[in-house]
Amino acid sequence: MTKERAVGEKRWVNGVFGLMAWILGALFFFPVAWMVLSSFKTEQEAATSPKITFTPTLDRYREVTKSTRGLLSFGQAFSNSALIVVSSTIIVLLLAIPAAYALAIRPVPKWRDVLFFFISTKFLPLVASILPLWILAKQFHLLNTRLVLVILYTGMNLPLAVWMLRSFFSEVPRELIEAAEIDGASLRGQLTSIILPMAAPGIAATALLCVIFAWNEYFFAVQLNPVSGATVPIWVTTTISTRGNFLAKLSAASVLASIPVVAAGWIAQKRMIRGLAMGAIK
Amino acid sequence: MSTKSSATVGQQVSNSWRRRLPLLPALIFTVLLTQIPFLMSIWYSLTNWKIVPPRPRKFVGITNFKDLIGDRFFREAAGITVLMTVAAVLGSLILGSLFALLLDRKFFGQGFIRTLLITPFLMMPVVAGLVWKNQMFNSIYGIINWLLKLVGGTPIEFVSRYPTWAIVATLIWQWTPFMMLIMLAGLQGQPSDVLEAAKMDGATPFATFRQLTLSHLRPYMELGILLGTIYLIQVFDHIAVMTGGGPGSTNVPYYVFQESIGGGWRFGAASAYSIVVVIFSIIIATVSLRVLSGLLKGEDIA
Repeated sequence: MTKERAVGEKRWVNGVFGLMAWILGALFFFPVAWMVLSSFKTEQEAATSPKITFTPTLDRYREVTKSTRGLLSFGQAFSNSALIVVSSTIIVLLLAIPAAYALAIRPVPKWRDVLFFFISTKFLPLVASILPLWILAKQFHLLNTRLVLVILYTGMNLPLAVWMLRSFFSEVPRELIEAAEIDGASLRGQLTSIILPMAAPGIAATALLCVIFAWNEYFFAVQLNPVSGATVPIWVTTTISTRGNFLAKLSAASVLASIPVVAAGWIAQKRMIRGLAMGAIK
Repeated sequence: MSTKSSATVGQQVSNSWRRRLPLLPALIFTVLLTQIPFLMSIWYSLTNWKIVPPRPRKFVGITNFKDLIGDRFFREAAGITVLMTVAAVLGSLILGSLFALLLDRKFFGQGFIRTLLITPFLMMPVVAGLVWKNQMFNSIYGIINWLLKLVGGTPIEFVSRYPTWAIVATLIWQWTPFMMLIMLAGLQGQPSDVLEAAKMDGATPFATFRQLTLSHLRPYMELGILLGTIYLIQVFDHIAVMTGGGPGSTNVPYYVFQESIGGGWRFGAASAYSIVVVIFSIIIATVSLRVLSGLLKGEDIA
């Protein structure tokens, strides 16, 4: 076989595989695309046989953001979610960064066992702790508060954050940290001057995953905080009446609920994929 | 002399505690939030506790566990849990591996297609459930039924006729990107010199794939299966929005909810159900941790 023919064949094969990837990718993305399309239709258009040509309208978005049907308005749900997600993610980082330091940079004895303890808590199904958590929340008057979700989302994301940050921190060159130590830099000095700047992309990836998981969370939200202080997933499931035609409104609400996390995931996908791969594999 | 040595000992102790100190807040928080509720669950599961109507809590030993064997609804929920978990894990692993193999090659628009493919993973689970239920599966407005009518079939109300499979299809859609990312990490971690050597030796692409790539991918597949199982065994969101439970769609976690906070208020019995989920998860997790620890040791050698 001549080299030219081999190259030509390879290009041909790659072309076929590329085409397959395009077709499968489009099929796979179709439900999302259809949701976005439907959100710009009128209810009548969304309910009749599928059509692609229509005059797009933003009216459904206006309706769902103004709607006061259901437990709470879009604005309330959105600000509840933002507050809960941002504060729990900040607390996760404040707890996980020192822990990752103690596991990766100056490892404590038996650091591997500690790391496994953290990750093993993720294997404990949430359902096994929901009833005690409900009882405890009730006793401490935390049911239907935003605080209870901040605490639980911190607990939910902390093991993953420790696990991911440890692998990012262990990639920081040892010599730099030792040099700072010799210069007499304290733990805080080492963290702020060397480790945090060098591991910044990893920390960003970790924070992003925490935000995604907390934003999308429904199990705790619906059982511990379904009324006042409820979050966006609760809003999506309660705001649309399923009587009559509702597909376009439901699509608009779904787009609004998904956009923050999907957009963040798209923008940061390379870092996130690396973070996930490292978090899951290493 | 003695004061000096006790000072060094004291210093050593304080030194080792100084090392541990940064770890403690995260460790204490995790223990408080995961281990204590779990121990409380075990205690509840040994009582006949019912909140509504309130009655005094009494220790009943393993009665709840004996009862659940005879509970037809629990048995059905357990069967649904196994079926849903196995089908969703295998389905998403197969599709995810296929997508990973396609994405591992260079082609026009590779980054764009990858972006499209990871999107379902980023979607809020309740939104995914609602979109599939109302826009894909619905018998009147659903796309799938529209296609079915085009080819002359009669519309099917998928979610009420085949609740298990409607939910499994949605789960596969959401979890395929996760499996794809794990398999992609595996494919890209494949040592290229070994592949080159195989090519030099005249191995056909198919033989190379079967003998080198597949064996290299095995631990990644195992990891995908195990992590997927741990998460999918506790599916709740999709069931809540697609069917709200019922025959063919209530799994054990959803049954726990129905029997307790969801209106049953039988905290004792419901806790026993949740402990059964834990026992299954522990079995899976033991295997899974062994795989993870093998990979971690590999990192040390490298």
